[in-house]
Formats: sequence, structure tokens, C-alpha cells
Amino acid sequence: MKNLKQSILISLWFIFLTFPLMVIRVNTVEQEVEWRWMNMAFIGVGTFVCSYIWRYLMARKEKGGNEEESKISWHQTLTTEKKYAIPAAALILVIAFIFPHIVTEYRINTMISALIYVVLGLGLNIVVGLAGLLDLGYVAFYAVGAYSYALLNHHFGLSFWACLPLGALLGAFFGILLGIPVLRLRGDYLAIVTLGFGEIIRLILENWNEFSFGPSGIANISNPTFFGQEISRSGGILFIYYLMIALVIFTIFVVNRLQNSRLGRSWVALREDEIACQAMGIDRMKTKLAAFALGATWAGMVGVIFAAKTSFINPASFTFLESAIILSIVVLGGMGSILGVILAAFVLILLPEELRAFSEYRMLIFGASMVLMMVFRPQGIIANVRRSYEYHGLDRAEEAK
Amino acid sequence: MEYFFELFLGGLTRGSIYALIALGYTMVYGIIELINFAHGEIYMIGAFTALIVASLLTMAGMDGMAVLALSMVVAIIYAGAYGFTIEKIAYKPLRQAPRLSPLISAIGMSIFLQNYVLLAQTSDFLPFPSLIPEFSFMEPYEHVFSSSELVIVVVTAVSMLVLTYLIKFTKMGKAMRASAQDRTMAMLAGINVNRIISTTFIIGSTLAAVGGVLIASHIGQINFYIGFIAGIKAFTAAVLGGIGSIPGAVLGSLVLGWTESFATGYVSSDYEDVFAFTLLVLILIFRPAGILGKTKTQKV
Amino acid sequence: MADKVLDVKALTKTFGGLKAVDSVDLDVKKGEIVALIGPNGAGKTTFFNCITGIYTPTEGDVLIIPPGEDPERINGLKPNKITSKGMARTFQNIRLFGNMTALENVMVGCHCRTKANIIGAIFRGPSTLKEERETIQKSYDLLKEVGLTEFVNEQAKNLPYGAQRRLEIARAMATDPFLLLLDEPAAGMNPQETRDLDELITKIREDYELSILLIEHDMKLVMNISDRIFVVDYGKKIAEGTPREIKDNPAVIKAYLGED
Ligand SMILES: Nc1ncnc2c1ncn2[C@@H]1O[C@H](COP(=O)(O)OP(=O)(O)O)[C@@H](O)[C@H]1O
Ligand SMILES: [Mg+2]
Repeated sequence: MKNLKQSILISLWFIFLTFPLMVIRVNTVEQEVEWRWMNMAFIGVGTFVCSYIWRYLMARKEKGGNEEESKISWHQTLTTEKKYAIPAAALILVIAFIFPHIVTEYRINTMISALIYVVLGLGLNIVVGLAGLLDLGYVAFYAVGAYSYALLNHHFGLSFWACLPLGALLGAFFGILLGIPVLRLRGDYLAIVTLGFGEIIRLILENWNEFSFGPSGIANISNPTFFGQEISRSGGILFIYYLMIALVIFTIFVVNRLQNSRLGRSWVALREDEIACQAMGIDRMKTKLAAFALGATWAGMVGVIFAAKTSFINPASFTFLESAIILSIVVLGGMGSILGVILAAFVLILLPEELRAFSEYRMLIFGASMVLMMVFRPQGIIANVRRSYEYHGLDRAEEAK
Repeated sequence: MEYFFELFLGGLTRGSIYALIALGYTMVYGIIELINFAHGEIYMIGAFTALIVASLLTMAGMDGMAVLALSMVVAIIYAGAYGFTIEKIAYKPLRQAPRLSPLISAIGMSIFLQNYVLLAQTSDFLPFPSLIPEFSFMEPYEHVFSSSELVIVVVTAVSMLVLTYLIKFTKMGKAMRASAQDRTMAMLAGINVNRIISTTFIIGSTLAAVGGVLIASHIGQINFYIGFIAGIKAFTAAVLGGIGSIPGAVLGSLVLGWTESFATGYVSSDYEDVFAFTLLVLILIFRPAGILGKTKTQKV
Repeated sequence: MADKVLDVKALTKTFGGLKAVDSVDLDVKKGEIVALIGPNGAGKTTFFNCITGIYTPTEGDVLIIPPGEDPERINGLKPNKITSKGMARTFQNIRLFGNMTALENVMVGCHCRTKANIIGAIFRGPSTLKEERETIQKSYDLLKEVGLTEFVNEQAKNLPYGAQRRLEIARAMATDPFLLLLDEPAAGMNPQETRDLDELITKIREDYELSILLIEHDMKLVMNISDRIFVVDYGKKIAEGTPREIKDNPAVIKAYLGED
């Protein structure tokens, strides 16, 4: 009864709150007013239902989700037990190889975008998820990669294969350049500074016409070649698709190894407690720089591939919104969790493509889910589980797998 | 010389608007150490609400200052309501969470609100009626300082005075200052800190709405994205002055306003936003405590 | 003089107008257990923070003399540098890496004694693998030393309170210190746990041949295990000596009784 009353009040409150924006729409030119009373009904019913869900989730959160964590979940079994992991990986690989031959070119293209976001997500995951450095300007390094290929190709005719490592190096270089001054800042200030840097880079690309061709961007970027052979346009798409698959596999491999290494542990330690981390003899700046530069390397590399895929780039592809999308992939996926980030990238990028009606609401849902995730499930869809070690014999410590 | 004055007064106007928004950032940061990323969106929502109300009233045949006053009041009420609700949904459940969680939540909220307005209204720029009348006594100076600029500066000054009174002399203000100093101690001293936080959000939001209505009326058009840039700049101003400090926010806003005004006037107008962002980056790197802020040693 | 491992002279730290540590002299000899005691707010933790590089001392000298090496002034060095020189610490308000397992916490402690880099992490060459195996072994042994083998793969934040304190000690031990600083290791422990801790500290000193400087409020523990005691109040050193001397020192009694 109390709940019902409360829900009605909440519903009324939101009807009041959304009234001017949701119900009224004025056309100032033609002096017309459109009244959309249906929206009011939607809001009323919607918030009423939501208030019940909210209350339920809150109650569940307060009870504590500890039981949930302690039991071994399906994804842990899938990723750590060889018995399941190998067939699963093989199956995914087979599907990945067949996929482009059974779908339209449009689908391959959207899949490439999704794979690009997977790699961007995994790259940012090193910075945000593992090292706990909130980087809101990640897209700047992506831009560095894309523009380095576009410009080097335009001016000097450098090939895709020459630019791929160059893009990665330039990404790393910019990462270090930016990282040195800003990484000593506290978490939230770091976020804002990186956001500022990201915007500065975009604004420079937009305004410095002689260098970057301004808002109109750079067109006719060469397709990649295959052992020196030109490839047809549709062959090019296929080629980039397989390239992205390879890059995703490579990224997973690297991130996975880093995660459970001396460096990876120091990243997580840094995220957990900076002061204790230093007191354990870890050089804070070096460790942060490594994470930052490594994240930037990946962004630079994918930037080159992005430029090759679209063969046209302009500053509009590198706005803050793009950084926010990549960040929400990491947050929703579960900070530090590889599988989670991959799933989140697929859900967030492919779903709006598949459900056209849904795509209008894409950013709305991104935003809402970032808030809800933080409130109800800060560990993400798939929580990152730290590696366990097994011991054989009485004293002999041995790695599990 | 006249050009200098024009730029000076232009900077003053800009600075005033930034100050109205920056106060919200600084007050919230002072109490819960959160960069309320969605604050710029409150400013945008204030402007939209005012636009809708003003259009309705104009169509109903009202005009002039009455429309301005009424739409301002409605915008203020709604902005306050949004600020209050946002805090309850996106930040309050995260009081005990790690520091970055509420910030990510705030970014999500900001994206959500932008797209909410985009979907509910439009993605185009909407012409905003010029609500501020041309005063005849301002005519001789019109080319350096327009009537609407005068109104902006005056309204801002009045708002600052009211805010100063609220914070310095009311019981509420005392409780706010106490909570900003030490939240736990304030709680032990019997202050309802949750209520103080809500009030802080409401006050900050109302000020942002005032800024939103004034600038929209001055510039003449709005869209769903105006809050983002304005928000970042106001945040820059707050950091510049020393985040958490109320006089600092005003000072930082004026410095930022003048920097932008003179830099675009004398250097290049292409890079308008670059100046603000560069200032932001430089300040954070070299003097993160800001002009009036004190550097604190973190207790271990 | 010859066998000192830590020699602090006239250390002062001010916060604004407050002199949290006021011209304190203190030294620790090789193999000694030294206690630093004093009422709450006396400046003990601040003293630790100053000598471990977390705060920069306002004045004074902090010298360390690693066994068999020359004295070195370490004022203003970064905490990680100081730790790698062989002085490790625990924290009064536990600062474990909550989402890492107990073993990983200790493995992080091994950081400054190992060298694998990015390349090593990615390629996992034989030397990296060997180092990793040794790190695991050493960390496991340390967990065994402090009696936490049952929690090896448990997240640190889920450990019982007393276990967390012991994990902090194991983590600090992983940095191979010659001097271990413990900030209120028995705080929040029940009498049985405190007795176990007493044994643990003495045992660690024997097994690893190191010196220990500890801050502690539990007088029974302090009197039991310390070779010497330093007493501070309002930032100033008011007494030093053996447990017996301190017990009868009027200034100390006054500082403690005056407080309550
Ligand atoms: N970072 C800091 N900033 C300001 N004052 C501090 C800081 N750290 C400690 N203090 C002050 O220094 C004094 C000594 O504190 P502390 O060393 O923690 O005492 P103890 O550990 O002996 O209980 C206290 O008054 C405390 O408030
Ligand atoms: Mg203490």
C-alpha cells in the first residue's frame, strides 16, 4: 500500500517534470503549438512501472549480491576450463570465418564497425578498467591513427602496411606526450583534462585547414593492398574484415597476458589504492604511463584501419560522443573484463543497426544504462574475476593453467 | 580603445554567464566532490523550458518584461526540479561507491538528458525570442554594450548577492558550509546532510537556469547541445578560480570570459573554444588548486 | 652507532600552523623491535608518513643504513624508492587491494624485487615464467608465514579483519625489507588474535633477521615485544627507553592519564 502510494507520487512527479518538454512542442516560426498528450500517458505509466522495478533492484542490491559472486558463473567456466574454452573458441572462429560469405556487404560493414569498437573497447579497458584512469579523450588517439594514415597516404603515398605500425607508434607517442603532464592528476581531474585534450585535437583538426583539410576532411584514402596486389572494393571489405578478426584475436591475447603479469597486477593495484601501491615499491608514473601509452597504441592502430575502411575521414568522427560510446562499452561490459567488453561492444553497436526503430534511442539508452549500471551493477555485465592459482603438493606453488 | 572596451564588456557578459553555471559546479563539488557532468544539461533544459513558456505566452498575446519574468520563473522551477531528481537517481545511491562511479553516472546522465531533449523536442537550432527589451537610455552605448548584455551583468550581480546572503547569513547556508568542510562531522552535529545536498543541487540548478534563459535570449537560438560546451567552460572557470570556492568561481568565470573575449578579438576567432580548453588543461596541470584554492595534503 | 639501520634526527612536519611532528629524534638498531607510542593525534602516523616518503618532512634528516651499506639520506624521496631501498610499512587504516586475491596482494609486494616488463609479459619467455613461478612461491610462503593459506585465492576485501591486518604484514614483507614499519597492527583485534600477533612479530624478526618499528596502543603487546620504546605527545618526543623505564616514567603517565 505504501509502495503503491509512493509509486503514484513518483509517477505524478515525472509527469510534472517532463510536461513542458514531452507534451508541448512549439513551432516558433509558424506560431503553432503541438500538444502531445499521449506522451504524458506514456510517462505516467512508464515511471509507475519503473518505480517498482527500481525499488525491487534497490532491495536486492541492499541484500547484497555476494552469494552471486561466490558461485562460479558460466563465463568463468567457459574462459578458464580448457574442456569448454577450446571448443567454444573454435566454434566462434568458424562462425567468424563463414560469416562474411553468408551475409550482405552491408552486414559485413557493420560487423567491421563492431569489431573496431571491440578493439577500441579492449584498448580503453587497459586504461580505465585495469589501471583505473578515466580517460575521456581516448578518441583523440584514434584520430591520431586515422589522420596519420590519411595524411601520410595523401602527401607521401605511404601504404596501409607502412602506416599501420606508424599509426600505432604515433598513438603511443601522443599517449606518452599527453600522459607525462596529466597522469599525476587525481582521478576526476584526469578525466576532465583528457576530455579537454580530446576536444583540442578535434578543434585543431577542424580549424587548421592547411594541415588537416578542415571540416571537409580527407577523401580517397587508399585501400589496403594484399602482398602488393591491389584488391577490388568488395574484396577490400572482406580483407579488412579478416584483418579486424585477426586484430581482435591479437588484442585479446595481449590483454589477457598483460592482465596476469607483473605489470597487469601493478595496474590493478594502482586502481585499487594509489598510496598503498606506491608503498609497495611501484613507480606510479611509469605504471600509469605504460597503461596510457598501450591504450593509445591500440587506438592509433585501429584508427589506421578505420581510415582504410571508410577511405574518407573528417573531424566529425572524433567527437567526445565517440569517447563516451567507447567508455560506455567498457563500463557496461565490466571494467577489466575482456569477455564483457566484447559482448558490450556487440550489443551496443550491432543492436541499433539491427533494430532500426531502436537506433534513434541509441544514445538515450547508452546514457541511461551508464547510470543504471553504476547504481545497480558497477561491476558490469560480466564482472572481472581475478585469476586463481592452484597448489600441488604441500609447499610447492604452481600456476593453475 | 573602443574596441578594447567592447571586448572587455563582451568578456564581462560571457564571464557572468559562466559564473552562473560555474557556481553549480563549485557548490556541488564543495560538498560531495563530484564533477556534476550533467550540470550543463540543466542549463540547456532551463533554456528550453523558457523557450516553450515564452512562446506560449507570446502567442497568448503577452509581451516584454512580463514574458521574460514568467518564463524565467518557470525555467527556474523546472531546473530546480530536474537538479533535485537527477541527484536522487544518479548520485545519491552512489555515496559509498568508488570515486569514479558517480562521475561515470554523471556522464551517462548528461548523455541521457541531451538525447531526451533531442527526441522530445528537436535536433535543430530553435530561434529564441529576444525577451530583453532595448532600453532607450542604453542607445548611445549600444555599439559597445547592448541592453541585453547590461541585463545579463545586472541579473548575475543580483544573483551573486542573493547567493552570498543565503550562504553567509542563513541557517541553511551555515549548514551548507559545515557540510562542505566535513560531511561526517556535520552529520554528527545533527545536520541532515542529504537535505543539504539536495538543496545545493537545487540552488545550483536555478542559477544555471537563469544563465540559460539570459544567454539564449541574448544569442537568439538554442539546441540540445548548448549545455555541453557551456558546461565544460563553466567547469573550467570553477577550476580556474579554485573548485569548491564560491568567490573563486566568479573570479575564474570573469578571467575565462575576458581571456576568450580578448583572444578571439585580437588573435583569431577560429579557435574560440580552443582557448578555453587550453586554459583548462594548463590550469589543471600547473595549478590544479586554482587561483583561490588551497592545496591540501591527502590524509593517509 | 655502527649497527643502526634507521636514524631520524630532528624530524619536523607542519600542516599549516599545526606542528604534527616536532623535532623528533629516533633510531632503530639492527634486529631490534622498537615501539613508538603516544596518545591519539600525537603524530605517530605522520612520523611514519614522513620517513616513508608519503609526506615530505618540513625539517630534519631521515637516514637509513641498510645492513652492510653506507648511510643514505632519504628525505623527499618517493615512497616507491624508499620501499625498494628496504623499508616497508603497513597502514593504520587498512589499505589492501580489495578486489585482488590475498596471493595477488602479496605478489604486488614482490614488484620491486622482480623485473619482467611489457615485452616479457606478452611473450612470456623462460625468464619471465621462472620469475613468475618464483613470485608465486615466495608469496605463498609469506602467506603461510602469517597463517593465511586458507585465504590464498580469496578477495582481500572478503577477509576477516584480523586476517586483513596480517595480509598487510605479508604484503610488506614481500618487498624484502630490512626494516618493517607497522602502524597499529593489533588495532581491532581480539585478545587471542593479539597474542598470535605477538608471536608472529617475534617470529618474523627471527626468520627474516630484520628490525621492526611499530606504533601500537595495546600496552601489553608493546611491553612484551619491544626492546626500546619512544613516546611522543603533541608531536614532541617526551621519553625513550626500555619498557621498564617507560612504565615508570612520570611524563608518560601524565601524557596518558592527562588525556582521558
Ligand atoms: N594531511 C594532513 N593534513 C592536516 N593535518 C594532518 C594531516 N595528517 C595528519 N594531520 C594532523 O596531524 C596530527 C597527528 O595525526 P596522526 O599522525 O595521525 O596521529 P596519530 O597517528 O599519533 O594518532 C593530527 O592532529 C592530525 O589531524
Ligand atoms: Mg595513527
